[in-house]
Amino acid sequence: MIDRTTLWIVIIGLGLGSFFLRFVFTGLVGNRPMPAWLLRHLRYTAVAVLPALVAPQVLWPAATGGEPDPARLAAAAAALSVGLITKNVLAAMLAGGVTLYGMLYLFL
Amino acid sequence: MAITTPKSAYLRGVVDGLPFILVIIPFATLFGLLAVEAGLNVIEALVFSLVVIAGAAQFTALQLMQEDAPTIIVLASALAVNLRMAMYSASLTPYIGSAPLWQRALAAYLTVDQSYMVSVAQFEKEPQMTVPQRIAYFFGAVTPVVPLWYIFTVVGAMLGSRVPDSWALDFALPITFLAMIAPMFRTLAHVVAAFVAVVVSLLAVGVPFSLGIIIAGVVGMVAGAQAELWLERRRELSQ
Repeated sequence: MIDRTTLWIVIIGLGLGSFFLRFVFTGLVGNRPMPAWLLRHLRYTAVAVLPALVAPQVLWPAATGGEPDPARLAAAAAALSVGLITKNVLAAMLAGGVTLYGMLYLFL
Repeated sequence: MAITTPKSAYLRGVVDGLPFILVIIPFATLFGLLAVEAGLNVIEALVFSLVVIAGAAQFTALQLMQEDAPTIIVLASALAVNLRMAMYSASLTPYIGSAPLWQRALAAYLTVDQSYMVSVAQFEKEPQMTVPQRIAYFFGAVTPVVPLWYIFTVVGAMLGSRVPDSWALDFALPITFLAMIAPMFRTLAHVVAAFVAVVVSLLAVGVPFSLGIIIAGVVGMVAGAQAELWLERRRELSQ
């Protein structure tokens, strides 16, 4: 059972901290120009952080106790390849979902 | 549909944000479910989603609290997962940094993976957009997403633990992120950044407190920037 004091400290602390992280540049830097080298790195924020976030979950899903799972691997591959080919986020998500449920249905 | 006014920009943002409804519903429902399973009540789950609106960080905090981790570790880990928000904020600054402060504050509260990604893609594609149009587009993109984040947290919390594991809702997040990333691979440098980040992230999976993701992200960004410089130099040489 989660301690109530801990819970509220976490909710409020995480709320304030998350807002600060989201506001730190847009709010505090504003429209002052930023150096070219910084902008060059920032262009790759999303394509670096998100795959890094996802990769361990794809290979070692928590739901299977960290064991690689063919259904989840295939679903990830389907979402990625359909996204690359069609450049359509919705089509990629559907491909991933259909593959996941199809594989789980076939192999469970 | 051409963007000519803030209103048309807002509407275009709404349209571009619509696909994420399919993502946010299972994701928010899952958070509600897991929160109740961890012993939170419906109100606590809702306040959590209202105050934080950051799925991955909320899941991280929930899991660590269940493991009785020290409060400071719970906070540090969940904020580490959310460090990417600072990177998002930095990368949005050149586009919306000159908007009024209250708009930037509201945009900051509403910065989530989906709104950031859709918006940056749009701002890069149409650099002639004005700042009010960009802000309107950004708010448009979150309109279909954020209210559903609150509502379906409550729905999930009320469903309680009645949803079976076989629904595999845990994988809604990875599929979403992969689907969102794929269209962003516009140049070789983007591919290099992602590839390096994935390799480092897998190697660093044992690094505590989710710091591996931050390390991998930074290394990936450096790799992307270096690849961009290298491609530029090669283009100059061949001319």
